[in-house]
Amino acid sequence: MTTTEARAVAADPPAHLSRRKFLASAAGGGAFMLGLRLSVAHGGESTGTFTPNAFIRIGGDGQIVLTMPYVEMGQGTYTSIPMLIAEELEVGLDQVRLEHAPPNEKLYANPMLGEQATGNSNAIRGAWKPLREAGAIARTMLIAAAAKQWNVEPASCRAENGEVLHTSSGRRIKYGALAADAARMAVPANVAVKDRKDFRLIGTPAKRLDTPAKVNGTAIYGIDVRPQGVKIATLAQSPVFGGHLKSVNDTAALAVKGVRQVVKLEDAVAVVADHMGAAKKGLEALVVEWDDGPYAKLSTADVAAELEKATLGSGAVAQNIGDADRAMPGTATKIDAIYQMPFLAHAAMEPMNCTVHVRKDGCEIWVGTQAIVRCQAGAAKTLGLPLDNVVVHNHLLGGGFGRRLEEDGVIRAVQIARHVDGPVKIVWTREEDIRHDMYRPYWFDRLSAGLDEKGRPVAWVHRFAGSSVIARYIPAAFKDGLDPDSTEGAIDLTYGLPNFRAEFSRVEPPGIPTAFWRSVGPSHTVFVVESFMDELAAAAKQDPVTYRLALLDKNPRAKAVLALAAQKAGWGGALPTGSGRGVALQHVFGSYMAYVAEVEVAKNGTVRVRRVVCALDCGTVINSDTVKAQVESGAMFGITAALYGEITLKDGRVEQGNFDTYQILRMNEAPAVEVHVINNGDAPGGLGEAGTSLIVPAVANAIFAATGKRLRKMPIDQAVLKQIT
Amino acid sequence: MAVTINVNGAAHSVDVDGDTPLLWVLRDVLGMTGTKFGCGMALCGACTVHIDGAPTRSCVTPVDSVGASKITTIEAIGKTDAGARVQKAWLDREVVQCGYCQSGQIMSAAALLASNPRPTDTDIDDAMSGNICRCGTYVRIRQAIKQAANA
Repeated sequence: MTTTEARAVAADPPAHLSRRKFLASAAGGGAFMLGLRLSVAHGGESTGTFTPNAFIRIGGDGQIVLTMPYVEMGQGTYTSIPMLIAEELEVGLDQVRLEHAPPNEKLYANPMLGEQATGNSNAIRGAWKPLREAGAIARTMLIAAAAKQWNVEPASCRAENGEVLHTSSGRRIKYGALAADAARMAVPANVAVKDRKDFRLIGTPAKRLDTPAKVNGTAIYGIDVRPQGVKIATLAQSPVFGGHLKSVNDTAALAVKGVRQVVKLEDAVAVVADHMGAAKKGLEALVVEWDDGPYAKLSTADVAAELEKATLGSGAVAQNIGDADRAMPGTATKIDAIYQMPFLAHAAMEPMNCTVHVRKDGCEIWVGTQAIVRCQAGAAKTLGLPLDNVVVHNHLLGGGFGRRLEEDGVIRAVQIARHVDGPVKIVWTREEDIRHDMYRPYWFDRLSAGLDEKGRPVAWVHRFAGSSVIARYIPAAFKDGLDPDSTEGAIDLTYGLPNFRAEFSRVEPPGIPTAFWRSVGPSHTVFVVESFMDELAAAAKQDPVTYRLALLDKNPRAKAVLALAAQKAGWGGALPTGSGRGVALQHVFGSYMAYVAEVEVAKNGTVRVRRVVCALDCGTVINSDTVKAQVESGAMFGITAALYGEITLKDGRVEQGNFDTYQILRMNEAPAVEVHVINNGDAPGGLGEAGTSLIVPAVANAIFAATGKRLRKMPIDQAVLKQIT
Repeated sequence: MAVTINVNGAAHSVDVDGDTPLLWVLRDVLGMTGTKFGCGMALCGACTVHIDGAPTRSCVTPVDSVGASKITTIEAIGKTDAGARVQKAWLDREVVQCGYCQSGQIMSAAALLASNPRPTDTDIDDAMSGNICRCGTYVRIRQAIKQAANA
């Protein structure tokens, strides 16, 4: 299928669609169907190729190609999405070849985001129905083609392992041999997907399709592309956000062997060379003067002070149940607390990079991105080109975590590449990657709760302030001071609370770009809510698991995962002095999850997470091994944040720069992780991020159990935990 | 100045400054992109190669320091006994997620097993803690190293 053909059958303008659909899904509406119905079967007669929709292409040679509308950044989509299609198409995973989708919002938009993007743990949720239907449509048409050849009823045939069989006669024919005929069959208006009892792939621990190339060095990430004649560039951007380039002396840089060119932009400078070694050496040889601009004195404390101020007044009411203000004064015990969470960098292992070839009338881009359409649009706008003149090739991502939902790196690369003759690969140093990230917002939270004489929470008021990423990313989804991401996890709690109010104040930090970060809104809200719930249990002098269970009578799925995690972890069992267990529970991204973390706090304050037990209910499991892998991964990612994660500003500059100052959990610090799955057959929930948001409160609550110290500010401050001897 | 290096059994002459890190010679000059850039300061291990069998961070190794030593990269580690066992265990245990760090992880693990066929957990910690995995695949890396050791 070509882009042109696809556009010819599409209807609505994409921006309009995006907003409407995002709002629909955010408001709890079902998955919005896009793409599948808009595409048509065609191309069979001239090429012998069967293309029943935008996701499947079967050649006359039998080659089955699946086009991936969601990107692979480690979370296993390049296996789980093919599983959905192959289940219905009746082929094995060893029979398919995968292609990255080109930018085409009409065909490949994520129904839950309203645009062609991979994020918010919703690839499987969005794909669950349409991509099984895509496979079922293809299967139906292949069966119809075979039945016509044999002059039998389609109902007397079935598909199996890439062939159609006529059951009574035993005749069989391969899909490849049917491709040309299948392309001439009518596209069925309605197809039935398989009953779950007939699943042969869904629910299995399928081997990942992307792994073999990743263990022998042949996998191609964005940073690995090498168009003919490509030069390599690296860059320095204004150390203070909003600053400008004042002057550059590039004499010494241009004298470095292999350096070809120095490109000066308004707020950045790049050195173009034959290889990155020369580019870096050239960059170091530049003498650069910056005009720091209006944020030259900004510090993290300034940002926190602004947020704190905002929580003293009312915010936009995100949820209001009962009357918390009326209930609060009469409560037997009142608890107040303030929580804070830091800016965080994404620090994907593959540093930011993008390869661009700007030609007179067009532009070609090679990148690994979570949001390919934004990259195409950003490049087109920067160059003043029509969208169709910008070709974007997507690649495997060496980690995304939300960083690669942003097109800033592509725009920056295009700004440089337009001054370069031929293709150029712009590779950021790790320091640039950390210092010019777009950060998980800083959050400031103020909570109050009132308990009745039995210790049950009867009033809960939560005010929080921070940046709304949605307001920038999807402006129309920010409405009446609220957005669906910042509040997820702070509202619609699993617990039954009779009087509950949550208020959000959007306060943008001056100059500092913020963005989605693995587990997005819940990366903040779940820590605060689950830590505070633990505080209430402690105030009520009750066991944290028992306390929570008592509030879950109306939420059996939440109750089940909590009880299972506690049981598997040996909750209540003895632990050595200095060790403790902490629990946390969440229902976000459509999945229920409970963690019990076991930590050990040394006398010098060092925290070691020893063991993590997870119980989860993510509805129907697609790839059972990927589910486990994502929980393990999410836990490690969150433990890194809890122990080390903090971006701070001093004099407008990010103080961290590489893995010495922005530390990542290492092998010797990694806990054992156990995963227990309740597979209940409901529609699938998301899982790429859930493990990250939930581990932080589980660890903090375990530290409280071990030491009696309540940590209300992340990351963990070892000095607070140090025992004076 | 031309520098001659031996990579995976083949001699290559490259015309770069002698202090150019080996990583960039491999990736940008020779086009062997399996070895990855992560930090440029020997902090993350993504760029690990073997030099005469020893795991080495190529991002801080000047190309003129290698001399006649034999460089082995991820592209050829499968030809060694330990490397092949490690790659197989990585597949069997489904270690990989985004995979970007795994070239370096595999090179560190192969070097460990080549010198220490039965590593303890502490040996694994010591050999592998220089390799960061942002996806946090550590639990499976440990299991895979143990499997490879017993293969």
